[in-house]
Amino acid sequence: MNYIALKMLMGDRGKYLGIVMGLTFASLIMTQQPAIFVGLMMRSYSFVTDVGLPDIWVMDPKVQFVDDIKPLQDTKLFRVRGVSGVDWAMPMYKGMIKARLADGTFQTCNVIGLDDATLIGGPPVMLEGRLEDLRRADSVIVDIDGARDKLARPSKDPAGKPVPLKVGDTLELNDRRAVVVGIAKTTRTFQSQPVVYTTYSRATLYAPRERKLLSFVLVKARPGQEVHALTRRIRETTGLAAYTQAEFEELTVNYFLKNTGIPINFGMSVTLGFIVGAAIAGQTFYNFTLENIRQFGVLKAMGAGNGTLLGMILLQATLVGMVGYGLGVGLTSLFGWSMRNTILAFKFPWQLLVFSGLGVTLICVFSALLSIRKVIKLEPAIVFKG
Amino acid sequence: MGTATVAVECRGVRKTYDGSGQQVVALRGIDLDIHAGELMMLVGPSGCGKTTLISVIAGILDQDEGLCRVFGHDLLHMKDKDKLRFRAANIGFVFQTYNLLPSLTAAENVSIPMILNGISRQKAQRRAVEVLERVGLAERTGSLPSELSGGQQQRVAIARALVHGPKLIVCDEPTSALDHETGHRVMDLLKQVALDEDRALVIVTHDARIFEFADCIAQMDDGQVVKVVRSSGQS
Ligand SMILES: Nc1ncnc2c1ncn2[C@@H]1O[C@H](COP(=O)(O)OP(=O)(O)OP(=O)(O)O)[C@@H](O)[C@H]1O
Ligand SMILES: [Mg+2]
Repeated sequence: MNYIALKMLMGDRGKYLGIVMGLTFASLIMTQQPAIFVGLMMRSYSFVTDVGLPDIWVMDPKVQFVDDIKPLQDTKLFRVRGVSGVDWAMPMYKGMIKARLADGTFQTCNVIGLDDATLIGGPPVMLEGRLEDLRRADSVIVDIDGARDKLARPSKDPAGKPVPLKVGDTLELNDRRAVVVGIAKTTRTFQSQPVVYTTYSRATLYAPRERKLLSFVLVKARPGQEVHALTRRIRETTGLAAYTQAEFEELTVNYFLKNTGIPINFGMSVTLGFIVGAAIAGQTFYNFTLENIRQFGVLKAMGAGNGTLLGMILLQATLVGMVGYGLGVGLTSLFGWSMRNTILAFKFPWQLLVFSGLGVTLICVFSALLSIRKVIKLEPAIVFKG
Repeated sequence: MGTATVAVECRGVRKTYDGSGQQVVALRGIDLDIHAGELMMLVGPSGCGKTTLISVIAGILDQDEGLCRVFGHDLLHMKDKDKLRFRAANIGFVFQTYNLLPSLTAAENVSIPMILNGISRQKAQRRAVEVLERVGLAERTGSLPSELSGGQQQRVAIARALVHGPKLIVCDEPTSALDHETGHRVMDLLKQVALDEDRALVIVTHDARIFEFADCIAQMDDGQVVKVVRSSGQS
């Protein structure tokens, strides 16, 4: 009867396509929207991921996320270095500083100051120049997106394209000269400002005069030192907050989840996709069963039991479910692939496959149940009714 | 004919419908015997209970009272599962509006009763083609119902009703959707191909033009059998 069930379904081209389209739509929305959501959320902490190397981030206990800078006194660095189990601890400056561009306009930049000796915390990928070039006088490295866009110089020809900032160009940070010695590639974050890397001591010169300038202390644990135990020890001895990289990422993403409307917006899209998909697919599937109710009655009269008919409907629901799911997920992947070089955030972990798979299954079960109820209650005597 | 096996035996069969608060008595004590090898026609005015009676006889509707035995089996008191199996093996159906599955070819439609009896699809398909040949549709085994004329569709339905060798075939108005000549051909087929000495045919009809095919005509009125005429003359 499986063959008959499938032929029954596919024989009705219009309904078959309608059901599959409803499910494709639902599965597309249920994977594509969360994929953008996950991509976006990962951006909130991508700076932490980019820095990579340190095991532990130490900061003011009031810091709520990575861009929420509450500076520490420089002496805290030595307190952290004094904690047992610490292999090394390096300072990092992170702050917004106004840059004056060659054409006289101002642009706020996200300035990162790295430990002068080790340059730990630098950009993940250098496109031009080398990280060590930061040791030269007045040198900075800028990120490629900033160089091409916000830091670019307007073209002399009014209709022409802006000229990207290049190695050798200069800018002014707080009235101090800075020479571009390298171009880096960084992962996009929520902050749209250009990223400017320099050394810690130079960053403190660029920064507005303040008593406290140390943003983070980056810590590497001694080999064999359990990292969580070390974060606890740092907290206890210094009174500062200490997080592992994963914890700091989590802190950041949780801040955005709680304090922005982003999850609600995406949650609503996903729910809407689910409801619309369920409505289209469920409705069409139910209509399909209703239209074939007489055929089901004939099968019942001819001796097909409820179990057989139930199996047929489940098989039909499974088929449309799998085709719709496959198409939806495929379209999502295609979408992600075609957007790979754009500003769009998109991340498609396997968990999303499970998530949308469950959603589509739910819709199919719901549709099948409606139909199964109808068929089980069906009296075979209807076959003789006109 | 007196020694013939009794295919269907009805004694005091009553059925009342509870339709939307209003009770309709459809069968008021039916007594009727149908013999194997016999083509019986059930005739009578509209609403007299003909369809209800063959539904009870075919085991797709339970009577409220009385006894109905089909080849010795009391369907009313059978377990649901056994009843399904009994129907699958022993009953064939022919409807006024054919009721073929529109997405299946003629041969696939005809193979359904055998598949329901647990026969493999390939075997069922082969046998379906044979039976379609017998009803004169050798050339149309791969056609969809929508590609066939009414008469051809009814012939497919007849093939479907007899392909699994059932002992009883019930037909509700098999010729009323067809023109006179086609109806005649369909009846010919039922009489020549479907009828068998250990099989009974019950045909509900309004169509006086086909009465000549009957071995026996049971006249119904208002839920009762008022007269039975056998062609041999007994009543
Ligand atoms: N499901 C039902 N619910 C309520 N009443 C019904 C139902 N089916 C049939 N009836 C009533 O039972 C009576 C007998 O109906 P049945 O269909 O057996 O008549 P029939 O002799 O086949 O008529 P026709 O020649 O018009 O097909 C009619 O009065 C009909 O209205
Ligand atoms: Mg009727």
